[in-house]
Amino acid sequence: METLTINKEQTNLSNNSSPHGGVREVVTISGSVAVLEALLAENVDTIFGYPGGAIMPIYDALYDYQEKIKHILVRHEQGGIHAAQGFARASGRTGVVFATSGPGATNLVTGLADAMIDSTPVVCITGQVFAHLLGTDAFQETDVINITTPVTKWNYQVTDANEIPHVLAKAFYIAASGRPGPVLIDITKNAQLQQFNFEGYHKCEHIRSYRPKPIVRKEYVEAAAKMINEAKKPFVVFGQGVILGKAEKEFTQFIEKAGSPAAWTIMGMSAIPTNHPLGMGMLGMHGNYGPNVLTNECDVLIAVGMRFDDRVTGRLDKYAKQAQIIHLDIDPAEIDKNVKATVGIWGDCKETLPMLTALVEQKVYPQWLARFHEFAEEEKQTCILPEINPQTETLSMAEVINTLNELVKGDAVIVTDVGQHQMVTCRYASYNHSKSNITSGGLGTMGFALPAAIGASFANTGRPVIAVIGDGGIQMTIQELGTIMQSDANVKIMVLNNQYLGMVRQWQQLFHDKRYSFVDIASPDYVLVAKGYAISGNKVSKREELKKAMTAMLAHNGAYLLEVMVGKEDNVFPMVPQGCSVSEIRLK
Amino acid sequence: MSKKEFTITVYTENQVGLLNRIAIIFSRRKINVDSLNTSPTEVESVHRFTIVINETEEVVKKLCRQIEKQVEVLKAYYNTEDEVVWQELALYKVPTDIIASEVKVERLLRENGAHTVVIRKDYTVFAVAGHREETEALIKVLEPFGLIEFVRSGRVAILKGSSDFHDRLKEFEQQEPGEEVIENEYLNENEQVFTM
Repeated sequence: METLTINKEQTNLSNNSSPHGGVREVVTISGSVAVLEALLAENVDTIFGYPGGAIMPIYDALYDYQEKIKHILVRHEQGGIHAAQGFARASGRTGVVFATSGPGATNLVTGLADAMIDSTPVVCITGQVFAHLLGTDAFQETDVINITTPVTKWNYQVTDANEIPHVLAKAFYIAASGRPGPVLIDITKNAQLQQFNFEGYHKCEHIRSYRPKPIVRKEYVEAAAKMINEAKKPFVVFGQGVILGKAEKEFTQFIEKAGSPAAWTIMGMSAIPTNHPLGMGMLGMHGNYGPNVLTNECDVLIAVGMRFDDRVTGRLDKYAKQAQIIHLDIDPAEIDKNVKATVGIWGDCKETLPMLTALVEQKVYPQWLARFHEFAEEEKQTCILPEINPQTETLSMAEVINTLNELVKGDAVIVTDVGQHQMVTCRYASYNHSKSNITSGGLGTMGFALPAAIGASFANTGRPVIAVIGDGGIQMTIQELGTIMQSDANVKIMVLNNQYLGMVRQWQQLFHDKRYSFVDIASPDYVLVAKGYAISGNKVSKREELKKAMTAMLAHNGAYLLEVMVGKEDNVFPMVPQGCSVSEIRLK
Repeated sequence: MSKKEFTITVYTENQVGLLNRIAIIFSRRKINVDSLNTSPTEVESVHRFTIVINETEEVVKKLCRQIEKQVEVLKAYYNTEDEVVWQELALYKVPTDIIASEVKVERLLRENGAHTVVIRKDYTVFAVAGHREETEALIKVLEPFGLIEFVRSGRVAILKGSSDFHDRLKEFEQQEPGEEVIENEYLNENEQVFTM
C-alpha cells in the first residue's frame, strides 16, 4: 500500500483553519502520518521506541520525519518506557514511547505500572495486528488493552485511521492534565496503513466526562487557614504534587508565610532546595528522624500533593492521631483514602496554595523548629557523621553521595534505582533545583535508573545526569548501555556495588535471623562491560581514590561508568520497622 | 462499621472496555459483585451501570471515588436499599404436566405474583419481578413441582431523589452531544493479507 507523505507546510495550513467552518484544507494521508503529525502538533521532539511487525507502517512514516523528531532506539521496550518516564520527570513534559504488538507491548507493562503509581505523563503508542485478525490468536497478537487497563489512566484501541487525530489529542490531554498518568493507544495495522481525509489536528482541551481539576471550594480553604492560624505546632508534609503542579514557588511562599516546618516524601524531594531553612528532610521508612517522630507530635498536619503511602505513614492507626489533618490534592480519590482528613481541599495546588497563603498569618515557631533541630542533631551524631566519615576500611554509600555533593553542589539530576543506594542517595543528596530527583518511588522498580537516566539526559536540563544504581538493579536493564552507546546519551553511571541485594539482605539480617536467602549476587566486570559498549569507566574501592575518580567521571566528555565498591553488610538507618509507628523510628 | 447492601449507580459514556475498567476496581480489592446491570438511560449517549455489593459504607465510598476517577465516568452514586426503588426479574421453568395436574399450583403462582411467559407441551415458563425475597420465595414454592431451571436478572434501580441529576444530565447532553462509539467493523473481512 502506498503511503503518501505530506510536508509540514501543508498540514500547518490545515491546522490554522478554523475547526468551526471556514475554508479547511483537507489532505489525504495515512494513519501513520497522522500519528506523526499529531506528535509534531504536541511539540514532541523525542521518542523512545523499538520497531516490530505491527508498528512498521508508523516506523515507515517516521523515516520521513527524522529531522523533526528524534527517535531513540532502546534495547528493550521496558527501557523505552522508563526512558520516557525519566524524560517526563526531568522535563515536566509528556514522554512518548513506540512499541510493537504482542511482546513489544507486554514489555511496557512494568513501566506503565510505575508511571501510574508515580503519576508520570507518558503516551505509549503500540502497533496491533490487523483489525480483522483481532481475537484470532494472530502472530504477535495480545489483548493489550485489557492487559494494560489497570495500569493506565486511559487506553484506547484505534481500528480506523479517521479516529487517530482526535484520539491522540485526547491521549496527550489526559496524560498531562489533572493527576498525570500513562495513556496507551493501540493502533491496528490496517488503521496505520489506511488513507483518510485529514482535517487537521486540534488539541483537546476538554472531555465532557472528565474533570481534571475542580473549581476550588473556598469554604474549605478558609477552614484550613483558620486551623493553621490557630496551630501551635503546624507541620507540612509534601509530595510530588508540588512538582507536577509546577507550584514550587507557590509552595515556598506558603511555608515561608506560615512559618511551618516542612518535610518531603521521596517523590516530593527537590521541590524546594534541600537546604531550605524550613525543609526538615525526608519522611518515611528511611527518612529523617525529626520529621518522622514529630509527625506524632504536631497539632496540625498539612499534607500537600501526597498520598500517605504506607512507606510514609508506617502503622496507620498510630499515625498523627493527635493532629488535625488538612489534605490538599488534585485527585479526590486520595482524600480520606488512607488518612482521614479533617479538612480536604480538592484542587490544583497551584491554585489552592496561593488561596491558603493569602489567608494564613505570617508566623514563626522558634520553639517548635528547635524540636526538629534537636532531633536533627541527634541523628547527625548517631547516624550521619559516622556514615559519611566511616571508621571502616570499606567505603560507605553515604560518603560516596557526600563526595558527589561536594563536586556537583546540588546542580545535578540524580536518577536512582531501587534499594539501599536509593534510600542513601535520597537521604544524603543535596538539590538546588526542582525535578532533580528521579526515582521509582511507588512501584520500586529495580532496573528503572539506567533507562530513566537516558531519558533524563534528553530532557535538556543543562545539568549533568547522574545515575546511581546498585549492583542488582543495573543487571536488570544493563542492555540499555547499548542505547547509550548508539544515541550518545551523556549519562554518568555510578554503580554502588556491595555484592548483595542489599535491602533484602538488611531485612534478612534484622528480621530473618541473618538467613541470607539468595541475596548474594555476582557481578560481571562492569568496567569491561561498559568498554564493550564503548563507554569509558573506572572502578574504585579506596577512600583516597574516590574523589579523584568521581571528578574524572564528571569531567569526562560523554557517558561514563564508575563502579564503587562499598561495604558489604552496611545497613540503612534510621528505619521505621514494618508494623511500627513513625515515632518508633530506629536510629540503629 | 458493619457490611450492608449498597446499590451503586454509575453514569458513563458508552465506551468499549469501560465495563472491564469498572469491574477491575472491585476485583483488585477482592470484592464480590452481587449483581451487575448495564442499560441505557433516559438521556441518549449516557449509559448506566447498576451494581450491588455487600460492603461497609467506608469501602463503598472509596470504590465510588475510584470509579468516578475513570475518564469516561460521569458520576457514581451509592445508596442503601431504602434510598432506591428496585426490582429483579426471575424466570422459572416447570414441567407442564405437573402444573396441569396439581390444582394448588395455580393458587401458589397467583399468590406470588407470577405470570406465564410461555406454555409448551413439555414445559411452562413463569416470570416474577420483585425483590430478592420474593423471587427466592417462588423457588421454594416450585421446587416440589419439578423446577427445571431458574434464572434471575441483575438489579435495576431508580434513585428516589434523582430529578435534579436528571435535569443536569439532559442539559449536559444538549450542550455537548456524546461521541458515537466506533466498534471494530473489520471482523468479518477475511482479507488475504500477509501479516507480519
